[in-house]
Amino acid sequence: MRVVIAEDSVLLREGLTRLLTEAGHEVAAAEGDAEKFLRAVAAHTPDAVVVDVRMPPTFTDEGLRAALMVRDQWPDTGVLVLSQWVEERYATELISGRPHGVGYLLKDRVADVAEFLDALHRVATGGSALDPEVVAQLLARSRHPLGELTPREREVLALMAEGRSNSAIAAALVVGSGAVEKHINNIFTKLGLAPGDRDHRRVLAVLRYLGT
Amino acid sequence: MFLLCDLVSPRTWLAMISHLAGRFLGIAIMVVVVTGLSLGFSLLVLALTGLPILGLTLRAATWCAAAERARLSLMLGVQIPAWPAEARAGYRWGIVPRWRMLTERATWGELGYGLMRLPVSAIAVTLSVAAWAAGLVALTLPLYNSLLPSGGAKVGDFVLGGTPRMTASAVIGLLVLLAAPQLTRGLASADAALSRRLLGPRRDLAARVTELEISRERVVDAAETERRRIERDLHDGAQQRLVALAMDLGRAKARFADDLDAAAGLVDQAHAQAKEALVELRNLVRGVHPPVLTERGLDAALSGLAALCPVPVEVHVDVPVRPKSSVEAVGYFMVAEALTNVAKHSRASHAKVVVEGHGYPGTLTVMISDDGVGGADVHSPGLSGLADRVSGVDGRLSVESPSGGPTIIAAELPCG
Repeated sequence: MRVVIAEDSVLLREGLTRLLTEAGHEVAAAEGDAEKFLRAVAAHTPDAVVVDVRMPPTFTDEGLRAALMVRDQWPDTGVLVLSQWVEERYATELISGRPHGVGYLLKDRVADVAEFLDALHRVATGGSALDPEVVAQLLARSRHPLGELTPREREVLALMAEGRSNSAIAAALVVGSGAVEKHINNIFTKLGLAPGDRDHRRVLAVLRYLGT
Repeated sequence: MFLLCDLVSPRTWLAMISHLAGRFLGIAIMVVVVTGLSLGFSLLVLALTGLPILGLTLRAATWCAAAERARLSLMLGVQIPAWPAEARAGYRWGIVPRWRMLTERATWGELGYGLMRLPVSAIAVTLSVAAWAAGLVALTLPLYNSLLPSGGAKVGDFVLGGTPRMTASAVIGLLVLLAAPQLTRGLASADAALSRRLLGPRRDLAARVTELEISRERVVDAAETERRRIERDLHDGAQQRLVALAMDLGRAKARFADDLDAAAGLVDQAHAQAKEALVELRNLVRGVHPPVLTERGLDAALSGLAALCPVPVEVHVDVPVRPKSSVEAVGYFMVAEALTNVAKHSRASHAKVVVEGHGYPGTLTVMISDDGVGGADVHSPGLSGLADRVSGVDGRLSVESPSGGPTIIAAELPCG
């Protein structure tokens, strides 16, 4: 898959490039600011972009704004936003209405290479990847009571909101996929949601429910 | 209609009770102040035994002032702020007044108040009671006028009688009676204004400067304490982890040649150490000043804190206009500190954070409550640091935490 990186720290930019190249991906460009990054995206139309939230000149949310532009102008390009800290509010802005091909992760997650690559793959193929910490914030601030869910169902709900597939949820909780499906059906019934057939429709329903 | 309501309104009767209470308390205060001062000054000439008596008298005047502030707040709803104890010269050995007390407005204000309480209340009681009584008497006169032994009420040598005069009397009585509550309350307002002048420090610029000096000192101290805490956290947390990580990697490097399995295990361990160091650094930064607070405001920043707390936290934020950043930071820090306490000490099963902005520039109110065991110590470093920060932006902090719970920490932060 072809990837464009926007990251102002040289150390991380080189690290990410190496990591992706070693995993067999092509890094078409790796830029240090938002403007050059957007030009590179226009030139290469990559399968996915990896963007740091804070970049020069103001080091606030340039990266996030660049990511939103890519999401709107190149709908087929997956957008994975990395940040030193994740905030539910930024996630809400990023996802608003369309959690397809969008991801938002803590920078630390890069350290777990396999999981990071899996998240990037999900995003590039139209899925989503939300950091567990963001999901925890969303659950904490949910506009609706989640009290009726059992602890296990809450776990499944959290993993679903992260954008994981049934088999990934089953693997994470060390249960069979049948059990996961049962939990998911219970969740959708208890929350009064229409069950979605496809993974990303399901994520959309869950995130909408949680108040994004 | 309003005038009729005033006759039975609690405000009217509280004002009346206040006048009566002031009259009796006034006697006590006057006795204390006059006896103390005259005894103190006369013994001053004999030997220095008078000084402690004067000190005691001044202290008593301060206590009386405190009691009176409480009474005025209770009965008239008038809040008169107390002089901050730190802003006053105080006493040597706890009893001998310092010379500087003589130049303090607070000292003279309290003594003056002690002397003025009785006459002011006495006048207020006399006028109020007279108005009520005269009104009632004149209003009801037509009912019993003919029963009077003289055959009617006497004005001088003239005996009142006849329907027109009785009607006039009733009308005048009604008017006086309707005016009586206004008089009682007006006197109470005047009393409150006078008390505020004598007991209240706010208008005094010197006292305000002293207060600011003290709060600045406390803010500097709080910042210093905070810096030390950050240093300690960095040193005990992330730094130690990085040392351990470097050590594990060093050991792994040495083993690579002969024992690949052991080396792989060490690398795993180093990997875990590095990730934990990152988590610690992130949480540390979140406790100090997270970027999202600057960029998106309190509402966005508080969800991070709530999610970090092991106890379920409900967050309600309603701040239509963003306050200035120093106020936001204090509000944020307050919630951070309070939720840390909830997690550490409260044994609560549920906590609630409510942040509201009122008016513009107005005030920001922040309240954190939990259903835990209570008994929070306001002198603990965390809570006293919080009080210092709140005073740094001229806010007011209140901590209610009876043992057995619940705990409510609230602050009002002026945004202007």
